[in-house]
Amino acid sequence: MSAATPGLSVRAANVLRDVLARPSGAVGLTLVALHLVIALVSPWIVPFDYKAMNAAMTLAGPSDLHWLGTDHLGRDVLSRVLLGGREALVVTGIATPVAMLWGGLLGVFLGLRGGWTDEILMRLVDAFLALPGILPLLVLITVFGSGGAVLMPTLAFFFGIPVIRVARAAAHEVVARDFISAARARGHRPFDIVRREIMPNVTDTLLVEGAMRWSWMLLGFSALSFLGFGVAPPRPDWGLMVSDARVYMSLAPWGVIAPVIALSTLIIGINLTADALAKTLGLDQGRKAVV
Amino acid sequence: MLALIFRRLALGLITVWLVSAIIFLGVEALPGDACTAILERDAHGEALEKCRAAMGLNTPALPRYIAWATGILQGDFGLTASGQEHISELVGYRVRNSLLLAAGALSVGIPLSILLGTMAGLWRDRWIDILFSTGAILAMTIPEFVSATVLILIFAIWLGWVPAIVLTPADARPLEFFPEFILASTVLTLLMIAHIMRMVRSSVIDVMASDYVQMATLKGVPYWRIVFRHALPNALLPAINVIALTVAWLMGGVVVVEVVFNYPGLGRLLVDAISGRDLPVVQAITMIVAATYVGVNLVADILSLLLNPRLRSHQMRSR
Amino acid sequence: MAGPPLIDIRKLCIGFRGRAGTMLPVLHEIDLTVCRGQSLGLVGESGSGKSTLALAAMGYLKHGLQKLSGEVIHDGADIFARSASELEKIRGGRLGLIPQNSGQALTPTLRIGQQIHEALHLHCALPEGEHEARAIDLLAQVRLPDPQAILRRYPHELSGGQQQRVAIAMALAGEPDALLLDEPTTGLDVTTQAHILELLRDLAAARNMATVYVSHDLGVIARVCDRVQVLYGGETMLTGPTAEVLRDPAHPYARGLLASIPRLSDRTLPRALEGRPPPPGQRRRGCAFAARCGLATETCHAERPPMIAGAGAQNTRCFYPDRVAGMDAGGGGAVPGHGASDGPAALRLADVAVRYDRPGLLARLRRVPRNPATVEGISLHLRRGETLGMVGESGSGKSTILKTIAGLMSPAEGRIALGDGSLLNATVEQRRPDQLRRIQMVFQNPDDSLNPRQTVAEILSQPLRLYFGLRGKALQGRSVELLETVRLGAHYLDRRPGQLSGGEKQRVAVARAFAAGPEIVLCDEITSALDVSVQAAVLELLNDLKGLHGTAFIFVSHDLTIVRALSDRVAVLYQGRLCEIGPTAAVYGAPSHPYTEVLLNAVLEPDPEHTPRLLTEDAADLSPPARGCPFQRRCPVKCGRICEVDAPPWQETGDGHAIRCHIPLADLPRRIAG
Repeated sequence: MSAATPGLSVRAANVLRDVLARPSGAVGLTLVALHLVIALVSPWIVPFDYKAMNAAMTLAGPSDLHWLGTDHLGRDVLSRVLLGGREALVVTGIATPVAMLWGGLLGVFLGLRGGWTDEILMRLVDAFLALPGILPLLVLITVFGSGGAVLMPTLAFFFGIPVIRVARAAAHEVVARDFISAARARGHRPFDIVRREIMPNVTDTLLVEGAMRWSWMLLGFSALSFLGFGVAPPRPDWGLMVSDARVYMSLAPWGVIAPVIALSTLIIGINLTADALAKTLGLDQGRKAVV
Repeated sequence: MLALIFRRLALGLITVWLVSAIIFLGVEALPGDACTAILERDAHGEALEKCRAAMGLNTPALPRYIAWATGILQGDFGLTASGQEHISELVGYRVRNSLLLAAGALSVGIPLSILLGTMAGLWRDRWIDILFSTGAILAMTIPEFVSATVLILIFAIWLGWVPAIVLTPADARPLEFFPEFILASTVLTLLMIAHIMRMVRSSVIDVMASDYVQMATLKGVPYWRIVFRHALPNALLPAINVIALTVAWLMGGVVVVEVVFNYPGLGRLLVDAISGRDLPVVQAITMIVAATYVGVNLVADILSLLLNPRLRSHQMRSR
Repeated sequence: MAGPPLIDIRKLCIGFRGRAGTMLPVLHEIDLTVCRGQSLGLVGESGSGKSTLALAAMGYLKHGLQKLSGEVIHDGADIFARSASELEKIRGGRLGLIPQNSGQALTPTLRIGQQIHEALHLHCALPEGEHEARAIDLLAQVRLPDPQAILRRYPHELSGGQQQRVAIAMALAGEPDALLLDEPTTGLDVTTQAHILELLRDLAAARNMATVYVSHDLGVIARVCDRVQVLYGGETMLTGPTAEVLRDPAHPYARGLLASIPRLSDRTLPRALEGRPPPPGQRRRGCAFAARCGLATETCHAERPPMIAGAGAQNTRCFYPDRVAGMDAGGGGAVPGHGASDGPAALRLADVAVRYDRPGLLARLRRVPRNPATVEGISLHLRRGETLGMVGESGSGKSTILKTIAGLMSPAEGRIALGDGSLLNATVEQRRPDQLRRIQMVFQNPDDSLNPRQTVAEILSQPLRLYFGLRGKALQGRSVELLETVRLGAHYLDRRPGQLSGGEKQRVAVARAFAAGPEIVLCDEITSALDVSVQAAVLELLNDLKGLHGTAFIFVSHDLTIVRALSDRVAVLYQGRLCEIGPTAAVYGAPSHPYTEVLLNAVLEPDPEHTPRLLTEDAADLSPPARGCPFQRRCPVKCGRICEVDAPPWQETGDGHAIRCHIPLADLPRRIAG
């Protein structure tokens, strides 16, 4: 495999260059990078302590002191918006790759193997997909609490399930090709066939899928926070901020608009990147929906 | 053909059964049960034992599962955790309201998304496509609670056309929650259009590049006749399954939208039940939603079998 | 004699916009004329621009292509200048197109009847009420049995030959003056191809149509065209009467192309044309063929030759038409090597049967009788160092047999044993590593059998590591050796399949098979995805490898000429059953099985005098008959009930030649001739 490594990084560099050459890719990657940088440095650049309340100045509009105004407890909105993506990024940033990894590997193995194992596990996958949206998350969180320690594995597990399907379908396409027959006829072990023959051919699909899943996981995470099942106050989180500020929307629209813009730009950035990536890799045809 | 439909049906039933098993086992695996939820701090010693005996929680899991499952088959979901209400009655109106919401979103969303998707696909890379596709990305990426909040901000607060927060009982006549209905179904429609439109667009692009569309052109078939007669029937076949997924999602995944708009549907009941640790209600709603999901997908599968001549007679020939 | 031209293409240039924004040419100053009653053949290999030209004749350009200059005059005006509604009238009306792959060119959701009615509705003057009768009449004209039933069918319910006939009927609906045929028989079986071409000849003559055939196959062109236009790299290289071009082509490329075609009559292998054709859109200064031409001089590389008169009535784009005649003509290729015909066995198949269908639970409960097996009763042996050819049309089970030997499919019955007597287990998972090593397979399409994500080095290292545990220097050294065996250099190691031409890819696939040091190499239609000139080179390579390590080959092909060129013995298969097996000369000579005769007579050769004989209908059956002779339904010399009831006996003529037929061997040649 050592011979493949330079080739691989060259290809990665080429793909990155092509993605950046597309307007959607350039805008998308810039947005994502911006968010990552802000999340990284925000604790040192925020003008105020995110939990410092100021009873004298609640629901204030934008001013020199508070550029984006204050919330109903008189906390600085700008500081909270800058910090509000950190937890979401950390949790989803770890849970997404984990979900892609286990879902992808299992899906590819099932795609290669077929037979009864495949049949039974796919029924289980169907059953899990039939559960309504974020219900399993909600239940687990109510029972075990909503810390990152619960959220991360839960998200990684439940977001991995639809990936099984995608990876299995991608593997099916590869398995039908003669180079897999050739490898089987030579007598390679299934593990080697997956690693050497199938995986390199499905990574593109999984990469684009991963980007999409990341954005959906972020949506899910903030929806949980919005519903009050995610990040616990007083820690700042965009979903939670929207939920809190909604009540005072007519008095202080900034409190809603600022986190909304922050969250939307991140998700749009990821989606634009995924879009450009898919086009660069020639995978933009026939995208499937929801799930 | 029939054999294939039977096979799908059987698979659907197996899936529903698996869902019921997952739900039951999931709840069993959770620490605590209905009694600990009801009694809260008093959940120990004699009181707990008594409650458990009363609710039949002392019997082993398997008989309880069988009793629960047979109840569902007869349309009886049992009692709520508090033991005060029949779940079937509680859920009935909620199902109606959720169905209403879905129907509203679908009746506008499906035709519109097919129209927009076809237009974007036919005029690929022109301004109309760029406009629609960008719009779709925006609609897909902005969280529901965000777009819902913005709609409330605009229509309820700034324009004052609808009341911002209303509390309508679930069994109210549909007209009474019409304002919530309009805003909620608008949010859902936008989201749905985005998903279906993108799929229709890429499908139309694929089909318009096919050999048979080229052949029709070279047969002298006028452009719009090609689009309607040769291209669309083929392009829309794969859309059936995507529409089904969207419908299923409308039935179950709209928790957030219902909460934002205080819409008295299943989703909000679900959140309330979870907050109140009313596990029997959670189980019931999950079962209903999962069964709908499986059912809708089943209908879509069978529909595309019936509409696609290739699948239809492929099966006949192999018999 | 033919009146004014129906289609007159003048200095047509077509190109596409490249990455850098410059226009890259695909067709370069093409002239073409065809008159009523004439038939013109456009010949070229892949990338020559022949299909683009045919479509441009209808004023149609594929997505991304643009007309740069020139014109296509049809009916007194440039077709590219016509309005959309005028084009709609002309296309499918006076100009009809028969597409390459009718299976994909017919709309899958519309019934055949709806599609023919549409053509009639758009282009036929008859009142609507008479369309039904007209549609049936058209289907009858293209010799489809039971037209009423066909009208109600969907395209996928028809066989390839039937789909092609429907496409022809649809083109005829507009009463065209001219038909453009884009590879009309590519992908069809030999017998079907022969039938369709006869049909087209008759139709063109009866209706006095002009026809333009686009084909890579000079055999097809020889049968149906009066004139030939040879394209190479988007330029016309040669035009002239078919007979003259086939007998004495006045262009080096045409000469090389002809020499690379295998023929039934040849005792030698076809000669390969070295190098590869220029990719579409390549910019160049000199002659497009200069890089591969044996006559090329400095002038050829620097200047584009003009079209000048060559031998006879030919026009050639060559500076030295006189020297072309001096090049030696076809034949004279390598003499096929012959393996030991009496060596020890390397492989034995005894009564092997394969089934695809597994009865479902319902079928088993209802005791539905099972379909006859896809492949049945295959008993044969392969000697060391020998090449066994397997021929048959699609559905003859030849690939299935190879996959079963390779362990990719399990036989339902029978035994497969290696030469040392060790039985092979059904599937690869159950076989021992050394058994796996001894049998290697080369697949039909190298695009599919080489992992696009691996470099050639990685591809070759798979068997070397697996079987011999080679690492590092040893691995590298052996890989280079293997590449040299297939005449590729060490610099290919770092390339990926996407950077190789079709022929190079197939060489890598062959090298990978030989990396295992196999005793038996299974070749599944390994040249059918390649251009003729490239195919010849791969055949040469295989011929060299035959003698090399005493390796035995099973060479499967639908092409009887290739099998003849390479094989020591030949097996003829029909619907998964052996019809005939024996030494090559005996099978290709008399007496032979009626099916072998049908196949041999349907072969088209690039020879103006050659006429195929159509001995039987081309309709392919869906599944083999449950009893009796497998060929009973199409046999031209069927004797009667005995063929339907009793399995025919094997009759031996000596030296291992056996024919499976009820007719006594002595009577066979006479019966078939009569």
